[in-house]
Amino acid sequence: MISKRDVASVPPESKRNEEPSELLRELVAHLRQNRTQLREEWVVRISETRLLTAMTKEEIFAEATSVYDSYVEALETEAFEALQAYARNLSERIIPRGVETHEVVGIVLLLRDVLARSLFAKYQNDFKKLNRILDAYEPAANRIANTVAVGFVQERERVIRQQQEAIRELSTPVLQVRERLLILPIIGVIDPQRARQLTEQLLRGIRTNRAKVVVIDITGVAAMDVTVANHLVQTVEASRLLGATVIVTGLSPEIAQTLVTIGVDLGKMNTVGDLQGGIEQAERLLGYKVATLAEQS
Amino acid sequence: MVGEIRVAINSDQDIVSARQKGRVVANELGFSSGDATLIATAISELARNIVSYARKGLITIKKVNGHNREGIAVIAADEGPGIPDIRQALRDGFSTSGSLGLGLPGVRRLMDEFEITSQLGKGTTVAVKKWRQ
Amino acid sequence: MEVPILKQGAFLIATFQAALSDADLNQLRMGLVQQVVKFRSRAVIVDVTAMDVMDSFASRTLREIAHMIRLRGAETVIVGIQPEVAFAMVQLGLTLEGVATALDLEEGLAYLNEKFKVTN
Repeated sequence: MISKRDVASVPPESKRNEEPSELLRELVAHLRQNRTQLREEWVVRISETRLLTAMTKEEIFAEATSVYDSYVEALETEAFEALQAYARNLSERIIPRGVETHEVVGIVLLLRDVLARSLFAKYQNDFKKLNRILDAYEPAANRIANTVAVGFVQERERVIRQQQEAIRELSTPVLQVRERLLILPIIGVIDPQRARQLTEQLLRGIRTNRAKVVVIDITGVAAMDVTVANHLVQTVEASRLLGATVIVTGLSPEIAQTLVTIGVDLGKMNTVGDLQGGIEQAERLLGYKVATLAEQS
Repeated sequence: MVGEIRVAINSDQDIVSARQKGRVVANELGFSSGDATLIATAISELARNIVSYARKGLITIKKVNGHNREGIAVIAADEGPGIPDIRQALRDGFSTSGSLGLGLPGVRRLMDEFEITSQLGKGTTVAVKKWRQ
Repeated sequence: MEVPILKQGAFLIATFQAALSDADLNQLRMGLVQQVVKFRSRAVIVDVTAMDVMDSFASRTLREIAHMIRLRGAETVIVGIQPEVAFAMVQLGLTLEGVATALDLEEGLAYLNEKFKVTN
């Protein structure tokens, strides 16, 4: 209990001397001194709250130790870079194991509460000082919780982006069927973003495989709007700038109609009915060239 | 990156330096190298318009924050003769590659956002943006 | 900045640097045409591998070079356009229509050798 007498007993000059940074130093010393006990308490709370269930006790203890130390350090130095880096590193390790955002936020908030309670216990007889200590502690603790949570979410977003990228690349494979011949079977819905990615992938593929002929098969594309049709035309043109000839196969009557409507000169585009016909024509183009080159060597 | 980068455009040499700086900024902002090339190309076109039509002007390159995303903004400003018919200048001469037009429709395609203001005898300002994917 | 022009048999090879100004490009255009006349070259390869931006002016200059050289009875092949540059070019509507292109110098030479049946 805090009585009026206790509050009054705080000497007025101590108030002047106790800058927030000084209070933080006192606070840090307290947290260092009671490290073993507070950390233990925190770990117990984590398992009681059923957080980080994907991790073993030992792992939780090891991470808790690191988080605890980084936490205290961030309080002391008010520099959050090290903690941020640790949060990112931690996230990188635990995200693949299925740890969720609420768990990470949860454990940091638990630590904040465990430490706050120990401060209550320590300063319970000095209400004014407790208030000042909390004034110094709370903004720092909140900033730490924020830093860790943001770090985790950013890492998760990065992982998701990476996976999306991988899925997108898988969905439009650039296949090398024979030397200097690439096939790009396009299946499904093409939005402008995918169309662009597809083009970039194909252009890179032309360069790495030194392709001379590319067959783009759009049998699996049901609809094509003006934007995407333009992309297709641009892909053909860009491929030619790299010295590769494009043959488009599987053009449905509807898409052919679209191309004509937007004023695409189909005469400029090398189109063949189906994929097999396209490959045959590609091989004729290549075969001719391979033969003449062989003659010279 | 700190603040914004300004490149005074007074000669064709400055076109090269403007687009090189634009590429550096785009890289710093985390754009893919494909996007950085689009941005550098747009800057090259905008700077060239300044040299060709206004002789001198200023290219400003800076980071912009949108809703939940980051991007790059390029502003090309000159005090040249201005454009008499903006709508015509923006008309797409898609197939007339290498025509002597202003290249503005092309710049518009290279970037995500495009704004132009022009006043006869006062000058032209083109502001374009591209958002990071 | 000077663009080196190399004579290789019946062909001329011009290699572009990264940061060519308009003046450099104009100078190159004149230089190449003069050399084609001087050496009675059958073809010119313009290697743009180092160019990280190909804007409308550079593209137009390439087309003009190809056109002038054709008027001299020779052919032009543009080689080494980078994938990203090609993508930006088509966005701008710059497709170098009517000008031969090849992946790189090696491909360009192979194309011309086949066309003219020249052995070096």
